[in-house]
Amino acid sequence: MSRIATPSAGGPTAWHDLDPLTRLVVSVGTLVAAVLLTGVVCLLLLTLVAVLLPAALARQLRRVLVTGLLLALPLALSVIIVNVLFSIEGTVVASLGPLEITEEGIALAAEVVARVLTMAGAAVLFYVTTRPSELVASLQHHGVSARLTFVIHNGVAMIPRLAERAHEVTAAQRARGLDTEGNWLRRGRGVVAVAAPTVLSAVRETEMRTLALETRGFTRPGRPTVLRVPHDSSTQRVARWGVALALVLLTLARATGALPC
Amino acid sequence: MLKLQGVSYRYPGGAHETLHAVTLELAEGTITGLAGAAEAGKSTLCLVAGGLAPRVIGGTIVGDITLDGTDVTSWPMHHLAEHVVTSLQEPAGQLSLIADTVFDEVAFGPANLGLPPEEVVARSDEALHLVGIEDLRERDPERLSGGQQQLVVMAGLLAMRPRHLILDEPVAHLDAAGSRLVLEAITAIATAGTAVLMAEQRSEALATVCDSVAVVAGGNIVARGSPREVLAHPATIAFGIEELPEERLRRRLSKAGLDPDVVAAAT
Repeated sequence: MSRIATPSAGGPTAWHDLDPLTRLVVSVGTLVAAVLLTGVVCLLLLTLVAVLLPAALARQLRRVLVTGLLLALPLALSVIIVNVLFSIEGTVVASLGPLEITEEGIALAAEVVARVLTMAGAAVLFYVTTRPSELVASLQHHGVSARLTFVIHNGVAMIPRLAERAHEVTAAQRARGLDTEGNWLRRGRGVVAVAAPTVLSAVRETEMRTLALETRGFTRPGRPTVLRVPHDSSTQRVARWGVALALVLLTLARATGALPC
Repeated sequence: MLKLQGVSYRYPGGAHETLHAVTLELAEGTITGLAGAAEAGKSTLCLVAGGLAPRVIGGTIVGDITLDGTDVTSWPMHHLAEHVVTSLQEPAGQLSLIADTVFDEVAFGPANLGLPPEEVVARSDEALHLVGIEDLRERDPERLSGGQQQLVVMAGLLAMRPRHLILDEPVAHLDAAGSRLVLEAITAIATAGTAVLMAEQRSEALATVCDSVAVVAGGNIVARGSPREVLAHPATIAFGIEELPEERLRRRLSKAGLDPDVVAAAT
């Protein structure tokens, strides 16, 4: 009976104890700020304050660093290659055959990589410290529509589910003789054989889930009952509005050119 | 009582009707079975009786569907869901995905109805008890076996306290132990006063729990009666319905020149 509209059980750390909406606002705020800010120093400062410190507080620093780096790596590499090797104008610091490496190219690459790392870190921090059900309960408690929360939740929950399904399909296809190792051509064929059933089964499951949700009154107008009330507080409310206000000021400063970095 | 009178249904984009002038009555406290071969129209009849067709999946419907004499064809799905709920074939696909525990999964339906928290908890506890899965209440529903997930789905529907429960092949993906659990739960649900419509390919399952059975073929109800009367009828096999094990034995004994009644008396 402890579930009757009582605060949800506390998390393992102070960061986990925050209302998921607060964690969401911090992550989204960090993503937007990373777009608005320029300069490696400013971006690193943002990463330190909004990603690394909370990650350490949540005892997830290593996981956030590793996953964030892996997530950002493909984009970061392409950014480095394009900006460092194909920068047309600027002070040349080195040559690589016909390609010239410029100071401006290196600076731009460093800034974009810092931005990508900050954004990846913010997303990973939220993902590893927030259970989808927590977020749904929090959003519903704050009056966000059930449909919207379900869409948000499924966006988050779909990633591990698709990965798990792809793993199952791969195992099934291998059992039927599919060669997913060897040269790239074979691997490419393997991807098609795995991707098609994975996507189709996901679509079918989505259709079935739609019917199941309808029969369980999901589309009923009005707010559903929330059994687990998140740990909100006036401090968190002020902090959330503070983040929103900071983003507005940041946007104005960027638009007027008043931003120092 | 949920009543379908002369109901025909055509899927969106379908060239022909899938159901033809079907008449069916679901009385409270009874279990009505739907037997038939694959593609006979059993699942479509479940979707229509449960209100999902055409409300959610589209299509066109003709005929009358009434609940205690009131026409429900214009009711929105969320309103009908307070009286009639439907369970589909694959339990995993029916989980809400926003519940960490079985209790939360079961509470999802009544919570959607906007009931007071105490009522949601009471209904969920009752449904868990009725289906006999109280011991699973803190487990992750996505990590359960197919049979357990089917029971969780049924508990979730029962927590909405519907007067009519539509089940499309509830034991299709289950092993013997899982099937037994689900069939026992269905019997308990009907005993508690719920009207159950159960589409099923396994004749033995229908014979075990149903009060009456209707045979669906080509989108029509071609026969109806008591389970033994319908499922033991020689014409049943012609409709692609699995023969009851005891009937199969009787036929084979007769074919071997033995009198089944004498053999039965001797054993």
